[in-house]
Amino acid sequence: MKTLSKITKNIRSKNAGPFWVTVDLFFKDKDSFFYACKNISNEEVSNILKIKRNHLKRFDIENLKVIKFSFPRKNIQGSRLDRDMHGASFAILFEKLSV
Amino acid sequence: MNKKTVKILVPAGALGIPFDKNALINGIKQKPDLIAIDGGSTDSGPYYLGSGKSKYSYSATKRDWSILMEMRAKAKVPLLIGTAGTCGTKSSVEWMLKITKEIAKENKEKLKIVALKTDLSNKFVLEKYKSGKIKPLEGAPKINEDIINNCSNIVALAGVEQIQKAINTKADIIISGRSTDTAIIASLPIYHGLNIASAWHGAKIAECGALATNNPNSGVVLLEFDHNGFTITPMCKNTKATPQTVFAHMLYENADPYILLEPGGYLDVSNAKYKKHKKNSVRVEGSKWFNKNPYTLKLEGARLVGFQTISIVLIRDPHYVKNIDKWINKLKKSFYRKTKKSVLFDVRLELRIIGKDATLGNLEPLKINNNEVAVMAIFTANNQEKANDSAKLLNPDLLHLALTKNEPMPTFAFPFSPPEIDKGPLFEFCFHHVIEIDNPKDFFQLEFHNT
Repeated sequence: MKTLSKITKNIRSKNAGPFWVTVDLFFKDKDSFFYACKNISNEEVSNILKIKRNHLKRFDIENLKVIKFSFPRKNIQGSRLDRDMHGASFAILFEKLSV
Repeated sequence: MNKKTVKILVPAGALGIPFDKNALINGIKQKPDLIAIDGGSTDSGPYYLGSGKSKYSYSATKRDWSILMEMRAKAKVPLLIGTAGTCGTKSSVEWMLKITKEIAKENKEKLKIVALKTDLSNKFVLEKYKSGKIKPLEGAPKINEDIINNCSNIVALAGVEQIQKAINTKADIIISGRSTDTAIIASLPIYHGLNIASAWHGAKIAECGALATNNPNSGVVLLEFDHNGFTITPMCKNTKATPQTVFAHMLYENADPYILLEPGGYLDVSNAKYKKHKKNSVRVEGSKWFNKNPYTLKLEGARLVGFQTISIVLIRDPHYVKNIDKWINKLKKSFYRKTKKSVLFDVRLELRIIGKDATLGNLEPLKINNNEVAVMAIFTANNQEKANDSAKLLNPDLLHLALTKNEPMPTFAFPFSPPEIDKGPLFEFCFHHVIEIDNPKDFFQLEFHNT
């Protein structure tokens, strides 16, 4: 078991338009990338985000050693119940994730 | 028509973001065919589209725009701005026109300016909605007739067909309302019959200026398009684009790193090849473009949903920090008890605990472990007076509410006087939809101005 923060160079999250958030996990090397590809479960990611499993999109991008997750945001960007306009803090949830 | 290559100089990711002036001068020496810059997006939230205002100040915009106008005069090529004034509404296009005319007057410049306004009336959108011409994209919110009627502004994002028409007027300066970040760049190479997919792909890579290089703050990049692909070259010294930095830009702010939906079709970059070219450039080929029928434009709209007042109180007493959830519940109960039978009955209150879970809410995995917290009370009402009255009503509780009857009356820290601040109108984005149209070339009107 390793936490994602140990095997990534950087994790960033950002709004992708007002209705989606996207998270990019940049891995340190190919080994870490392949290890994560095998061991990150979409179930677990959906759980930490409290979203439905079928709302999560995932892209494993070998060339860049990146895993990307995108999902519709619960509250529209800048609406009354939104807490984080640019979806900046979702990255934190991934740093603690054990794989 | 039919140039073999087209060069486009992109000074920065948006007007208002810093760029390196020497890099810009360097770019002008490369003899670009067009200088193109983006003026905004929805990225900063619904307020700008809702109010039709710019995020950047008049003076800062004028300063940056005057540098670009000076460069345009040197290069003797058109200068194009898309999504003028952050939101690209009629009012923000006019704001940009005013700045442009003011600079031209100061410099005694004679200019032909063309403005492309991309606003749609509520009535028009409603008719299209009723006839089934408005289609949701994935993750779209529900819309209905009331929502469409209540939008303070609705814009459609212009694509290459509409921008080309503006370029075709041979104007010196083109000020476009809302347009896709990419269309302002892709229009010219497509107009000259060059590779369509590469035109969109190159435009996507350069839409944030030098963000696709190893020196994002330098701003300026040059794109060169031809029949087979495109080449991107940063214009700042000691700056490099690499196959990695360029491909990685497809991730940024994109839900899907391979597919990009644009007016009239979509770009697929799954099979694109990124190669190092000369010293600091990258050459890209192999992306594909697919036309879609019917032709669609993306819609954006924002509506007024209320007015807000906020109050902030700081809690340093360890007993209260420890029991902050209980205190918050008590505060809420007290507020709704007081407002229930008054004119403030429909005011909504949120209490966010800064230092506990104000950012992540119920997703926060950690427990509180702080010496202090702040409570931000947000009051939302259907007018400003009611929002402010509610904040005043809660004021004594925010300052003095005790957890139980048996403890001495506490006093908490108000950081300023008055503790409540009117935040003004609250807007909400309404559309993640496209509109089907059958006259792409003539869908928007052009407006001509001379100085």
